[in-house]
Amino acid sequence: MKVRILVRLKPGVLDPQGRAVHHALEGMGFAGVEDVRVGRMIDLDVADGTSDEALDDMCRKLLANMVIENYEIQKLSETEAA
Amino acid sequence: MAFRAAVVTFPGSNCDRDMAVALEQVSGTAPLRLWHGDAELPQGLDFIALPGGFSYGDYLRSGAMAANSPIMRSIIAAAERGVPVLGVCNGFQVLTESGLLPGALMRNASQNFICRAVSLRVENNQSLFTSAYDANEEIRIPVAHHDGNYFADDETLDRLEGEGRVAFRYLEPVNGSRRDIAGVLNAAGNVLGMMPHPERAIEPAHGGSDGRRLFESAIKALVAA
Repeated sequence: MKVRILVRLKPGVLDPQGRAVHHALEGMGFAGVEDVRVGRMIDLDVADGTSDEALDDMCRKLLANMVIENYEIQKLSETEAA
Repeated sequence: MAFRAAVVTFPGSNCDRDMAVALEQVSGTAPLRLWHGDAELPQGLDFIALPGGFSYGDYLRSGAMAANSPIMRSIIAAAERGVPVLGVCNGFQVLTESGLLPGALMRNASQNFICRAVSLRVENNQSLFTSAYDANEEIRIPVAHHDGNYFADDETLDRLEGEGRVAFRYLEPVNGSRRDIAGVLNAAGNVLGMMPHPERAIEPAHGGSDGRRLFESAIKALVAA
């Protein structure tokens, strides 16, 4: 089973990296960029039947830092995973 | 009575030798050297140091992989028994990632790696790591980090301040840390995490020796115990 984990900074947590990317985009002449937040995407290939609890546990204990980040778990279909 | 300290080396640690030299110079006894894969700690440790560096290449987040290494399970248990644990720089990141200290260390607000001596104020000189400093003393200690921007929510920050758990505060803008926090203690006071490197300020040849008294404090606390 292919699972995609999206890790994002929580709203309100300042994202220096996103701000730098925002400045760079503006400097390159791209107008109308209101905000940039940089996150992380982690693709897992796990055994079929891996429980949602286990996936949550992986995210909470390692893949995301719950002090500053939220995570979203997406189970991918065959076509999305390809 | 010999000071039985240990310095942990993770793959990618690079201040472990400096930490060992500092501990030996100040205490007169060379510390034990431990490896991240050691599941058990030697008996009777008086002090555990987690050094600076880039453990596991800072993969995922600084300190995240090291926080889940075999030796950290034993160090968390030792810290809960009251063994003093000092984490410097990457060691601080490991302590927050492991949950021994609150908050998180994010990328510096400037995005730059910062490597210079900075001025700090000793906010709490009652802890076992800081008792040899004067109250509100201003000291200079070098920093060298990319991810030293301390973050915690307001409620946590208020609690830390109220409980005297902010050990050191920057006296100048450094990395964007909330409330200029440079070092924090756990609730019991036996775990200290700090971004500045006291082990790099032990003797005048280092450009300053303000870090020395941190180790002297810990040794004094042990002798008094």
